Amino acid sequence: MKCACARPDSHLIYFQVVIWRAVASIAWSVLLLPVTAAVFVLLSRFSLFHPIQWISDCTSLLAASSTVFSLVVLCGVVLITGFFNLEFYTLVPAIPCSRMALLGTVLHPRQCVHSLVYCTMGMLVMWCASVTIGGRYSTLGTPCRQSESGEVVTCLNEYHLFILLAGAFMGYSHSFLGVVQNMYYVSFQPIQQYKYPRFKGCLPMVVKCSVIQALYSARNFAAFYFFFGNSIQPLDSLTGLLDFSLLYHLSISGTFLYLTWYLTVLLFRICVTEAYSFPVQSTFTEDAEQSLPKVLAEKNTLVMKFLALQDLALLSHHSLSRRLEVFSLSQPGGHAHNWNAISRECLSLLSELTQRLVAHQDAVASNGRVKSQSASSDTRSASSSSSGKTPRLSVPLRTPGSVFKSSVGGANNALTAPFTPDVNSPFSSPAIRRLVGQQDRQSPCFGTEQSPHIMRRGPKLWSASTGLSHLVAASFSEDQFGVVQTTLPNVLSCLVVLLEAVDRHFKLPHASSKPVRTICSMGDSTYKTLRFALRAALKTAIYKITTTFGEHLNAVNISTEHRKRLQQFLEFKD
Amino acid sequence: MCSLGVFPAPVTAAQTLLERNNELLSALHPGEHPQTHEPLSACVSVPRFLAVGSACVLALLRWASSFHGSLFPHLTLSSDEMVAEFSQMLDWSDSALRSFAWHPHTDKFAVALLDDSIRIYKSNSSATPTLKHRCQRSVCALQWKPLCGSALAVACQSCLLIWHVDPTSLSTRPSSGCAQVLSHPGHSPITSIAWSPTGSLLVSASPVDTAMMVWDVAAESAVPLQRVGGGGVTYLSWSPDGSRLLAATPSALFRVWETRMWTCERWPCLKGSCQVRKLRKLSITVFELMYAFIYFFKLTFFSQTSWDPRGERLAVLLKGDSQAVNHPSVIAVFKTRSSPVFELLPCGFVMGEAGAEPRFMQFHPHFQHGALLTVCWSDGRISHVPFYFSSAGLLGGDSPQQALASNTADHSSNKLYTEQIS
Repeated sequence: MKCACARPDSHLIYFQVVIWRAVASIAWSVLLLPVTAAVFVLLSRFSLFHPIQWISDCTSLLAASSTVFSLVVLCGVVLITGFFNLEFYTLVPAIPCSRMALLGTVLHPRQCVHSLVYCTMGMLVMWCASVTIGGRYSTLGTPCRQSESGEVVTCLNEYHLFILLAGAFMGYSHSFLGVVQNMYYVSFQPIQQYKYPRFKGCLPMVVKCSVIQALYSARNFAAFYFFFGNSIQPLDSLTGLLDFSLLYHLSISGTFLYLTWYLTVLLFRICVTEAYSFPVQSTFTEDAEQSLPKVLAEKNTLVMKFLALQDLALLSHHSLSRRLEVFSLSQPGGHAHNWNAISRECLSLLSELTQRLVAHQDAVASNGRVKSQSASSDTRSASSSSSGKTPRLSVPLRTPGSVFKSSVGGANNALTAPFTPDVNSPFSSPAIRRLVGQQDRQSPCFGTEQSPHIMRRGPKLWSASTGLSHLVAASFSEDQFGVVQTTLPNVLSCLVVLLEAVDRHFKLPHASSKPVRTICSMGDSTYKTLRFALRAALKTAIYKITTTFGEHLNAVNISTEHRKRLQQFLEFKD
Repeated sequence: MCSLGVFPAPVTAAQTLLERNNELLSALHPGEHPQTHEPLSACVSVPRFLAVGSACVLALLRWASSFHGSLFPHLTLSSDEMVAEFSQMLDWSDSALRSFAWHPHTDKFAVALLDDSIRIYKSNSSATPTLKHRCQRSVCALQWKPLCGSALAVACQSCLLIWHVDPTSLSTRPSSGCAQVLSHPGHSPITSIAWSPTGSLLVSASPVDTAMMVWDVAAESAVPLQRVGGGGVTYLSWSPDGSRLLAATPSALFRVWETRMWTCERWPCLKGSCQVRKLRKLSITVFELMYAFIYFFKLTFFSQTSWDPRGERLAVLLKGDSQAVNHPSVIAVFKTRSSPVFELLPCGFVMGEAGAEPRFMQFHPHFQHGALLTVCWSDGRISHVPFYFSSAGLLGGDSPQQALASNTADHSSNKLYTEQIS
């Protein structure tokens, strides 16, 4: 792998942190499996009028060997799902530009393999479920009639086949929706919580989503089967399909299937986005690669960069001792290595976003070139979404939405971390809108979609900007050596320039339109509002600095037009 | 211990104008008033059986949706009654002024009126934008966003509205497009909102929802933080350094959340002196001083307290008895000092025009010459009472600013109360 050769140490920390977290999430999913299976068993044998028999049936079934075998199969399914989560997760949402691009993504070989595997897994899970339900669903073949010679002929059990095919259909629709709704997009939360309370808080939403999705899929599959299923009685008629027992068992099996997959995705998200505390300066040389400034400069593994930015934002808000480490001077020599490295990285993130915004605006201004740029950004986005590990030369920083939250850290990390507002989000919404048929009379996907693409990396930026501004504000009272003051003009001008670029970006058509609210879905749609979050966080960052420094800002050496803009902030006129 | 008997007697036939030289001056003929409103009356008659029946059905639905179906009497109230019960404004249902909020950094304030509109008044500007929105009904609370010049959060009956009002615009009717509507099923009516001091998060609370919502406003997403017990959340208050959040419930318990990892601890209402002694041993922040004050003085009939930003004047709104003739609501002002020891000395009563009772009060966030107390009266007037004094800190002791700064150092390492006593 390219990254392994280039940076073995960064790969090591990636393994230490991310892979370990992914394994932990898979382990938790496997541990939760008996619980969900037990609930499923209870519901599948539900009998209102014979409660004692129901309970005794369930307890005997839970101890039966067939159930244990089904559980083993389900564990295998969960392991494969977890592996796919790790392989496909992305910190930058993929926003297809047009229907053709979406079709291209869906028909991509990688996606085809993904769909195929999910169809198979869907069938496996439904087979386990139908075996558990028992009764008329348990076997594929049933003795149906006797021929003249007295032999029993085995016929196809249509109910069982129905359930199996429904499993394949649900597996494929899950895979398809994973692309459309960006289910593999991992974003950071606005507030930090321990894993268990966060899981408890998200659980009702996950259950609701799986029930709704199962009902939708059941309805769609029933319709699909009715029109296209070439089957014998009794399911070939509407009354046959509308059998309550069949629909009920299909729905709860589907719910169980989706719940298993959604829980895996949820646990993966919770484990991977947990805050990781990087040492600001390492005491030993072998740990030097794990220190915060080094990881911030990480170009290969985006997730580590995001975690570092999140850590920066948190330390800037909450941790005095770590802030003091940032502001400290090196021994011997008296150089502010920590602050210089951190500020340089954040400022480069922010200026990178500024450049992308300016380039996009230039492109839109001269309509002809827009298409070519979008194509390149598409390829970039496609490559970035494929794997967070793929090294990309021009990867704009993606600031996870959570980054903004974390950026609360006052740390002056004002590293203008490019607010890389999820440019992608603006893009994504136009893309989705296109899918539902709203035509954009402007230049195609390029114009509107560009916005999300540019902003896709946004989350990183606003956590980066927040962290930076908080650090700068905190330095007003905590910086004993004055390391921040020398870089203050740079920080301020970078922030103001980025704010101007963002304001100009919002003047573009469609950039300031709010995305449509989506119904309950597992896909994390916070990327759609990244540009708004970026703008808000950028303004808050500048206000933080101006309210802390107040009139002292007049002594800072910045250009006159930047000073005029900052004056507006000082007077709260913005 | 202190009682109201040590206060100088209130002058009943005069309106308080200002404080100077440590005494409150009044005048018999008050001058111009900045605000008058005609109370609007609305009457809709509904058949009694329908009202009772729908109230019961609504209460049943709320019990069902309230976590663990806790039985709480406040859930039988209608939405408007509930808002009136838990609003900071006394007699919210009949008051011409529904809510009031000063901007934390500039000289402007927002006031919510009986007709569900919000007016913004700025000093040095005659333009007063009026904010109206179809979702803006039964406004219970207003709060300006810190570290921002234009965002105002409004707690309405069914949703939260975030208005973005351009400070330089001269328009008097900003369009509804300037408002973001944030809503969550089951989270209405919203009676309390609180921005974090950094302006990044907005927390909202409803008396029927045991979960308080932490909003990321720009992303329009919320994280519900649910805790069993209490029956709802009625009041929220951040500590000035942003490390703690107080959440009060309608029953005899409240929670203090720490905002690093968002864990909470329950504080049952203090009864008896043993818990008060424990509280004294803690190193307490300004925020926790308020809690101690209330329980030291054992004032059970106060409705609202407001502390000026310098920490030198404390105003307490004492609720009167609307049935009794000579028992009106009054505002008592204390002089306070937090170093070297915590001191509380009576200053006086703030009186309004004849017959007017105070409904709400708030100190101006940054009055240069002392403190400025803004009072909303029952007759629809808003008056500003200045307190001219030199800050005690400027005379040689630690300035309140430095004291606050030292208090804010590294609060993430401060354990919560229960961890320290165990």
